[in-house]
Amino acid sequence: MLNIDSIENGIVIDHITAGRGMRVYELLELQKLDTCVAIIKNARSSKFGRKDIIKIEGVLNIDLDVLGFIDDNATVCTIRNGKLVEKKKPELPKKLVNIVSCKNPRCITSMEQVDQVFYLCDEKEHRYRCKYCEQEYKK
Amino acid sequence: MRHLIDPLDFTLGETERLLELAQKIIREPEKYAHLCDGRILATLFYEPSTRTRLSFESAMMRLGGKVLGFASADNSSAAKGESVADTIRMISGYADIAAMRHFKEGAPLVASRYAKIPVINAGDGGHQHPTQTLTDLLTIRLKRGEINGVTIGLCGDLKFGRTVHSLIKSLVRYKGVKFLFISPEELPVPGYILKEVVEPSGHSYREVRTMEEVMPQLDILYMTRVQRERFFNEEDYVRLKDSFILTPEKLNLGKKDLAVMHPLPRVNEISPLVDADERAVYFEQARNGVYVRMALILCLLGLVPGILEEGE
Repeated sequence: MLNIDSIENGIVIDHITAGRGMRVYELLELQKLDTCVAIIKNARSSKFGRKDIIKIEGVLNIDLDVLGFIDDNATVCTIRNGKLVEKKKPELPKKLVNIVSCKNPRCITSMEQVDQVFYLCDEKEHRYRCKYCEQEYKK
Repeated sequence: MRHLIDPLDFTLGETERLLELAQKIIREPEKYAHLCDGRILATLFYEPSTRTRLSFESAMMRLGGKVLGFASADNSSAAKGESVADTIRMISGYADIAAMRHFKEGAPLVASRYAKIPVINAGDGGHQHPTQTLTDLLTIRLKRGEINGVTIGLCGDLKFGRTVHSLIKSLVRYKGVKFLFISPEELPVPGYILKEVVEPSGHSYREVRTMEEVMPQLDILYMTRVQRERFFNEEDYVRLKDSFILTPEKLNLGKKDLAVMHPLPRVNEISPLVDADERAVYFEQARNGVYVRMALILCLLGLVPGILEEGE
C-alpha cells in the first residue's frame, strides 16, 4: 500500500474516474504550480472500484471550472489547517475555451488560428456545441 | 457596433422593426435613395453566389452608396493564405460595412471579432444565412400582414438545408406558429433542431412524407431542393424526387391565399407551370431580399435610429 501524506492546506480532487487523472492534471495546468502536487492513479474506491486522486498542497484558488466537463464524478475537497472545510461537485462550465477542438472540417477553426470555444447547449445531457459552426462536440 | 452573424443576433423587437423599415422602403424608396451617399459596402465573397451578392450590391447602390469587393476566394488575398482576421482588419480601412460569404462555417463570426466596421454574414458554409431568413420573414409578413399564427409547410431537404434551420429558429419566436415538416425519410429535420428549438418553444409540429396530405392547411409552403448528392444510391433518389416536386395539380389542393416560397436557385422541385400562379411568390421573395438588405445596411450603419438597441 502506497502512502501519501495528508495535506494541511490545499485541494484534494477525489473520485476522479480511473485513468483521467493525468488529463485533469494537464487541463488544470497543474504543471505550472511550484507547490507539492500528487497524482494517485488507480486508488481503491469502495464506490467505483478504482479511482484517481490529485492532491495539491498550499493552493486554494485554482480555476476548477473545466473539471465538470472532464469528469463529473470528481469531488473537490478544500482543506484548511488539516480539516475538510468544503466538499463540492464541480459544475458544468457554461463555456469551454481551448479545452477541446472542433472536429468539423468545414469549421473556420480548421483553417484560422482562433480560440476553440464551445458552449453548453444541454445541461441535462452534458452537450456542448462549437461557438463558430455549432457542431456538437463528441468525445 | 452591431453585426448580423446569426439570425438570432437581433431580438424579436429589433427584427420586427427592421422588417417594418423594409416595408417603408418598398413604399417610398426615394426617401432612402441617398442615405448612403459617400458610404462603401465591401462584398467579401469567398464562394460564388448570384442572388446574395447582387442583392447586397443592388441594396447599397439603391441607397446611394458604392460597392467594392471580390466574388471568389481565388481573386482575393485568401489565395495567398491571408487569414480572415487580417483581411477584415484591412477592409475596415477601405469600407464602412462588409458582407461576407465564406465556405468555412463561423468565418463571419471570426471576422466580426476583428472588424472595426459592421459585418453581415452572407452565408457561411452549410451553417447560417441570416439575410435569407430576414428575406423570408419579410415575404411572409408582406403576404399575411403578420407572422404570428402562420401555418408553414417546409418541404424537401430539411436535414441539410441551412435556410430551413435558420427560418425555424426565427419563427419559434413568434406566437401560434404551426410547423409541418414535409421530407423524405432520409432527409428529416435534424433531431437537435426539434429537441433544442421546436419542442422547447411549445409550437405544434408534424413530420409527414407527402405534400398532398397537408397542403390544404398551409398558409406558406416553403420549398427546398432535394439534391441528388444527398442520397446514398440513385434508386432512392429517383424513387423520392417526384414526391417533392410541386406541380399545378398539387398546388390546386392548397388554399387560395397560400404563398409558395423558395430560397432559389430552383432546379426541378417546382414545375415552371406553377410560376404563372399568383400564389408563387419566390421571385417576389428574391426581390424582397434587396429591401431587407437596404434596411439592414441602414440599421447597422446607424443611419436610421431606433431600430437596433445600443451596445453588444
